[in-house]
Amino acid sequence: MLRTTGGYWDPVLWIIAFIVIAIVAYIIRAMGRGDYSGKGEQTKPYISGVEEPEKEMVHIRAGNIYWGFMESMKGYYSTMMKIHTGLVNDYISWFVGISALLFIFIFLVEVI
Amino acid sequence: MNTDWLLQHSPALIIALPLLAAFLMPVVDRISRKARNVFAIIVLIVEEILVLFLAYDVFGGNPHIYTMGAANPLTTVPAQAAVPIRIVLEVDAMGIFMAMISATVCLAAGIYSLAFIEEEKGKGKYYTLLLLILVGMLGMELTGDMFNLFVFLEVLTIACTALIAYRSNTGDAVEGAFKFLIISSIAALFVLFAIALLYAQYDLLNMAALASAIQYSNLDKIALVLLVAAFAMKCGSVPMHFWTPDAYSVAPASITAILVAASQASLYALFRVCFSLYGVTLNLSTIGGALIIFGLLSMFVGVTMALPQKDIKRLMAYHAISQTGYMLLGVGVGLYLLAKPEFSTYGIKAMEGGIFHIINHAMYKGLLFLTSGAIFYRLKTRNLNEMGGLGHSMKWTAIFFIIGALAIAGIPPFNGFASKLLIYEAAYKVSPILSIIAMLVSILTLASFVKVFHSAFMGPKIYDVEEVPKSMLAGMAVLTFVIILFGLFPGWVVGNIVHPAAQALADQAAYIQAVIGG
Amino acid sequence: MIYSIPFYTVIILILVGMYAMIFRRNLIKMAIGLTIVESAVNLFLVTLGYREGGVAPIYTNLPSGIKIPEGMVLPVPQALTLTSIVIGVAILALMLSLSIMIYRHYGTLDSKKVRRLKE
Repeated sequence: MLRTTGGYWDPVLWIIAFIVIAIVAYIIRAMGRGDYSGKGEQTKPYISGVEEPEKEMVHIRAGNIYWGFMESMKGYYSTMMKIHTGLVNDYISWFVGISALLFIFIFLVEVI
Repeated sequence: MNTDWLLQHSPALIIALPLLAAFLMPVVDRISRKARNVFAIIVLIVEEILVLFLAYDVFGGNPHIYTMGAANPLTTVPAQAAVPIRIVLEVDAMGIFMAMISATVCLAAGIYSLAFIEEEKGKGKYYTLLLLILVGMLGMELTGDMFNLFVFLEVLTIACTALIAYRSNTGDAVEGAFKFLIISSIAALFVLFAIALLYAQYDLLNMAALASAIQYSNLDKIALVLLVAAFAMKCGSVPMHFWTPDAYSVAPASITAILVAASQASLYALFRVCFSLYGVTLNLSTIGGALIIFGLLSMFVGVTMALPQKDIKRLMAYHAISQTGYMLLGVGVGLYLLAKPEFSTYGIKAMEGGIFHIINHAMYKGLLFLTSGAIFYRLKTRNLNEMGGLGHSMKWTAIFFIIGALAIAGIPPFNGFASKLLIYEAAYKVSPILSIIAMLVSILTLASFVKVFHSAFMGPKIYDVEEVPKSMLAGMAVLTFVIILFGLFPGWVVGNIVHPAAQALADQAAYIQAVIGG
Repeated sequence: MIYSIPFYTVIILILVGMYAMIFRRNLIKMAIGLTIVESAVNLFLVTLGYREGGVAPIYTNLPSGIKIPEGMVLPVPQALTLTSIVIGVAILALMLSLSIMIYRHYGTLDSKKVRRLKE
């Protein structure tokens, strides 16, 4: 058991709870109809009557995932991409710049 | 062999063993391929055992001191002098905690490398450099001397650079290595300059002696700025993180896992400088605040930059930055509250969270990089767009990846959740906004690993590949074992390992006392 | 006044080296900049160790009339400088050999063109 600031965390209790919930879910599932075969028209995807494409064609590649998120955050990402130039001189100037900022940060607090 | 003798000399042995083995490696390499592999693994296992053996004693409440070159290793201050002159290794709970991380990650990566680099050239040199990285990390973590810290930092830099450029037949690897080298060496020069500034004032190089003498004068402040900036960059905190994805993505995956631990050695040096060297003389709230800001920026920028990445290792490298942010936040909150009454209630909890996160992160991010290496081993590509359907054939890799991904996203009951929970709750007491950002970042982390899992392992079977060789699976299994162990027993781990480490870091007086007082 | 000249030199050398590393696009020139910064730090260390009228602490070769240990120089800064020079040579060698390999792969040493890794 791990004591945190506001309470505690015990993974063993959590796992027990997880198992109990799983058993309850299984019981509920077992109360369903036993004669359902899982075959027939209802298991197929319905794409407005269009023929379902081959399974090999439908894998969504990484570049297309979270397209909407990228689109809505376009402003943020274009700024970020601009900063990540990949130019080694810029890496050093960022380092020197941040050192200077820290310098101001530490000395200015004394003055105020 | 007498165990007392071994225990007393183990701090020096821990550093000396891989150093000697590293330079023996080219000789052993001449004998046969098998001899080299066996030798490397035996050295790494013995090293791990030595570290755990010493750790058992240190966590039992005995910080170890080892004076190099003295007749009796415990006499830190020679009879003719008033201050420590020799190099002193000071092994307290925090130092040995970090050494455990380094040794474990190197062991897993070493086992993994047996098959992983089988088809490459220069394997003897690979193991030599791997052991040298281990020397650099352990040296940084166990030393109690500022200049020694610098030397080991440079050993680490040179060995890491050579291994990042290991696949030098591609331009990318050389470019990444060059960027890493130039950035690291300028940081190391800043560190050396800071050490010279401190030496100019106090004529001391020993950390504990310096800590007892330090006045926080203007020159000390300059030295502090240089040290904090240099180590913050070496650990890859935003906005000085640019080298991290470049270097991590091009290195062989086993080396990337070690590079994570190497960055954490720099993180350790940062904490050591802030807590043990400057400690309560600092205008605490400012530098603690700076660490919190670094942490917040690292978390947010790291994870948002990870989302659109198409290179699997580059994506994970950005996550490494983001996770470093959690450690900086946790320990930064602790530093912010140090010497305030709140410290004993939730300041120490925040530090425990941050320090617990260091070991968790080394384990699961090491594991994730190793799985990315397994994918690379079979597909010879790092591009996520070209992957798909690997779950059909690489089942074990997929399982290891899921465990690593759930752990990094902080899903209970894995270890990432426990450390993040400690950080959330303690940071909430300082300011709710810190916790909100930390949780948001955790969600985005999960989102981006869902992306990786989907595009690499799910979908129809595209590639007809086999599971990776057994030694690679064994390397991943070592780290998975630690993740699950830490996930199931976080209370024991925090109580017996993490809390002493946090206490050792926070208690500057004990750190000084161990060298000068006794 | 005369004794602070080395310190001003250190500052100027660091600025020159930093300038070379930030504004020069040629990788070799960046390596030179790094070496200049390193020399500055080494100069700083050596300057710290200077004692007027002090002699090297070699006991077998002491001039007569030197008090032990007051008349001698503490050799720590020199030892630090030596170590730092050795490390600097290793770093420089590694950096130049990486530059050679970059030139082979990219056909250029312009850091603006050596950036396949970005974003």
